[in-house]
Amino acid sequence: MYAQMVKSEGMKSRDEMSAEEQAFQDRIDRGEKIEPKEWMPEGYRKTLIRQIGQHAHSEIVGQLPEGNWITRAPTLERKAILLAKVQDEAGHGLYLYSACETLGVTRDELMELLHAGKMKYSSIFNYPTLTWADMGAVGWLVDGAAIMNQVPLQRTSYGPYSRAMIRICKEESFHQRQGYAIMMKMASGTPAQKKMAQDALNRLWYPSLMMFGPSDKDSVHSAQSMSWKIKMNSNDELRQKFVDQTVPQAEYLGLTVPDPALKWNEDKGGYDFSEPDWSEFYDVLAGNGPCNKDRLGARVKAWEDGAWFRDGLVAHARKAAARRTPAAAE
Amino acid sequence: MSKEWPLWEIFIRGQHGLNHRHVGSLHAPDAEMAVLNARDVYTRRNEGVSIWVVRSADITASSPSEKGPLFEPANSKVYRHPTFFDIPDEVGHM
Ligand SMILES: [Fe+2]
Ligand SMILES: [Fe+2]
Repeated sequence: MYAQMVKSEGMKSRDEMSAEEQAFQDRIDRGEKIEPKEWMPEGYRKTLIRQIGQHAHSEIVGQLPEGNWITRAPTLERKAILLAKVQDEAGHGLYLYSACETLGVTRDELMELLHAGKMKYSSIFNYPTLTWADMGAVGWLVDGAAIMNQVPLQRTSYGPYSRAMIRICKEESFHQRQGYAIMMKMASGTPAQKKMAQDALNRLWYPSLMMFGPSDKDSVHSAQSMSWKIKMNSNDELRQKFVDQTVPQAEYLGLTVPDPALKWNEDKGGYDFSEPDWSEFYDVLAGNGPCNKDRLGARVKAWEDGAWFRDGLVAHARKAAARRTPAAAE
Repeated sequence: MSKEWPLWEIFIRGQHGLNHRHVGSLHAPDAEMAVLNARDVYTRRNEGVSIWVVRSADITASSPSEKGPLFEPANSKVYRHPTFFDIPDEVGHM
């Protein structure tokens, strides 16, 4: 997902927990929200920083593949819509960085970890956006997959994270719909346009399935995160839901999901489908996807090129404050 | 001195005459920029007609460990709620 393979600290049985840890777990089990200054196990805090930080990084790195098409949108209206969508993603990044900061890191520290390659962002954004149809497929599939994961996270145990998710979910459905609207236009257009739409689906289908992360049936990390309610569903569960929701949408478009094994399974009430190539997934996470270097390079460049401007604004603010209260500036 | 922009808490008053409500936080070099950034981030869909910004460092919060002494005394004062009093139906709406 936007946060993939987040390591959490080892799972403890009830007997291994301290009295404080037991009381903490009881609060979570009762559905209480944990707020920033309250006591929390160090593992809970660290895992959340990794997860929310990775989620925030995904929002802002996710602006890059779509930003690629803003200047080349086919109409002024499409351009305005895409611009608004990409601007929303900047906001999502901000909400999440703010939530993460309540755990005792600063946004600049998180940025530095991202730029140093010490924190990850979702694998999906390391794929290129080659045609305008990709703007449709990204909104439809990538934001669609994100919604699948973010809706249950609105109920997560950490108050600031939950509030950020609620705010984000309000904005996501616009993202998915504008993407699907592009797909509808392309799929009902000329044969060449329909071909572009099919090609976008072909390229983005499996990377979208990878967003949910590998199967976590037996993962200790997942078990701990689930008992802390910072992970609400298993990866496989969400992936299945995503496929079940998306296949009829592809059928409506008259497009073919690029999976010959895709088949409705009456018994389970869902589709059987092929797993993505997980070796490709690990390879992309390790930094070897088609766009890893571009994406991180663009982030670092924006950060470094903007440094003089950020510093200039701070200098200006200090001077202005000194002018207002000369004594306070000493 | 740190060059990180300070954190601001953002309060927005919506269309319908309600109080300003805390909506989130953001970084900005000064109050003017905080208002502009808040406009861009928190009112993109007509959520507000007025913005307050306060430096997070200037907020004094009650501490979670004081929860008991601060808020528990209200628990036993049920008579502060109108439903504590049984008023006969004949009296009519009160
Ligand atoms: Fe987003
Ligand atoms: Fe989105």
